[in-house]
Amino acid sequence: MREEPGPVADGRDLGAPGRDGRGPAGERERSGEDGRGVPAACTPDEVMTVNAARALAGARTCFVGIGLPSTAANLARRTCRPDLVLIYESGALGAKPTRLPLSIGDGELAETADAVVSVPEMFNYWLQAGRIDVGFLGAAQLDRFANINTTVVNRGPDRPEGRLPGAGGAPEIAASCGEVLIVLRHSTRNFVDRLDFVTSVGHGAGRGDRERLGLRGRGPVAVITDLGILRPDPESAELLLTDLHAGVTVEQVRAATGWPLKTADQVSVTAPPTPAELAALRALRAA
Amino acid sequence: MADIRTLPEAVAELIHDGDAVAMEGFTHLIPFAAAHEVIRQGITDLTLIRMTPDVIYDQLIGAGLARKLVFSWGGNPGVGSLHRFRDAVENGWPRPLELDEHSHAGMANRYAAGASGLPFAVLRGYRGTDIPRRTDTLATVTCPFTGEELAAVAALNPDVTVIHAQQADREGNVQLWGLTGVQKEAALAARRALVTVEEIVDELRPRPGAIVLPGWAITAVAEVPGGAHPSYAAGYSVRDNDFYQAWDPISRDRERFTAWLRENITREGTQV
Repeated sequence: MREEPGPVADGRDLGAPGRDGRGPAGERERSGEDGRGVPAACTPDEVMTVNAARALAGARTCFVGIGLPSTAANLARRTCRPDLVLIYESGALGAKPTRLPLSIGDGELAETADAVVSVPEMFNYWLQAGRIDVGFLGAAQLDRFANINTTVVNRGPDRPEGRLPGAGGAPEIAASCGEVLIVLRHSTRNFVDRLDFVTSVGHGAGRGDRERLGLRGRGPVAVITDLGILRPDPESAELLLTDLHAGVTVEQVRAATGWPLKTADQVSVTAPPTPAELAALRALRAA
Repeated sequence: MADIRTLPEAVAELIHDGDAVAMEGFTHLIPFAAAHEVIRQGITDLTLIRMTPDVIYDQLIGAGLARKLVFSWGGNPGVGSLHRFRDAVENGWPRPLELDEHSHAGMANRYAAGASGLPFAVLRGYRGTDIPRRTDTLATVTCPFTGEELAAVAALNPDVTVIHAQQADREGNVQLWGLTGVQKEAALAARRALVTVEEIVDELRPRPGAIVLPGWAITAVAEVPGGAHPSYAAGYSVRDNDFYQAWDPISRDRERFTAWLRENITREGTQV
């Protein structure tokens, strides 16, 4: 299974607070309709990944985190965005892997890259200088302004702080890419009222904070989950539920969110994965 | 000109109790064999420096040889947690582990400052995060030209840096290629540098994108074929992803880890 989270591992084996009573997302099947009205059975994880790939349709270059972001970005190269330039923090610019890498440093990333650069060059010349359109991140905890925690979680007064992997490349990816996409499974464990630690800044305490902090990119523009899509309110930058996946209700999403989630005036329903998208995703995972 | 040594000799000569040691290699070319030799020799009270502690430091931490870790991302890449690292941080087992924690961009620049002989490096980073609350090697500096406030990160100058490379020649000139990570900066930032190599060759043939470190900039070279396993050396081996996955259950349990260490690293006659 290649879907274990990478640079921003989630906290689900840490006993972080929060419960939503749901089983593992991958076990549930959801029935959707494809463009021709043919039902396509697929899992919520597949719906999430397909929608995450679609979010890259307009991107030229993408700084890719391992795990879900990498799966989505590689799927985009096989569906909506064949020319997408994949950039991995290990130093690969323009990697074209034929199979999903387990780590951001698998050999195939360098072998297929347009160029291989050192890590200082990657972060200074390419990321910091603003050359990358989209940063694609996961998260352990996310708050209503799409700020991210991947460092530590508070497990209550009687237990030591739970240790997560830490920052990795995320703080500067979130700061310096033209915009940021976030993909993670929806649960009250991940979508929290208050972060235990701010590792990477989304929209800070609200609209205008990024400018005040001198962060050059636009910040998170979408959070894609297994239940739907959240986007920042144009006024306040607070995340709004803008899209549901087929068969999911607003109440379900609210129950899986650790703050009183607001919805957009009009909530759309995402188009179900097409047979072509599903076939490409399954081939990618099987490779 | 670097000294050509056996691995046990080189480790004994270059790495001492209490040293600040960087073993670099960004997923690729991680010097595992050298770390295993450190475990066999019981060199302890180390400050371990590495952007991604990876399984290599999970082993050193679990073996009780580290008192401090300087790092930016402590996970098992593509698999999940580093359980020995977490056990040390959360429960102090087998001993407490002090942390100095940065982002990748910060760590890369700290090495670059160290290699440049500067006291600190400047970058645009960390703004708005809680990271500055947990480290004293991070500050801000005002640009004298624009007035912009920027992050300043303290230089890293390890007592010794250990890296693995594909080849060296008999004068100890070293060539590495593929993902070259932060090894050049880490080697040049250190007071002493040890390079383990897949093979020693008569002549280094230039490779696209390769880094060459002149032998006079390196303290010692040791030939250790397969010395990066379960990491890899492009052109020689592939990453042993199965091992990284197998490490998860081994490292989750203290007794199982301890038995693994005894059977694979410290038992009489074990190598690499």
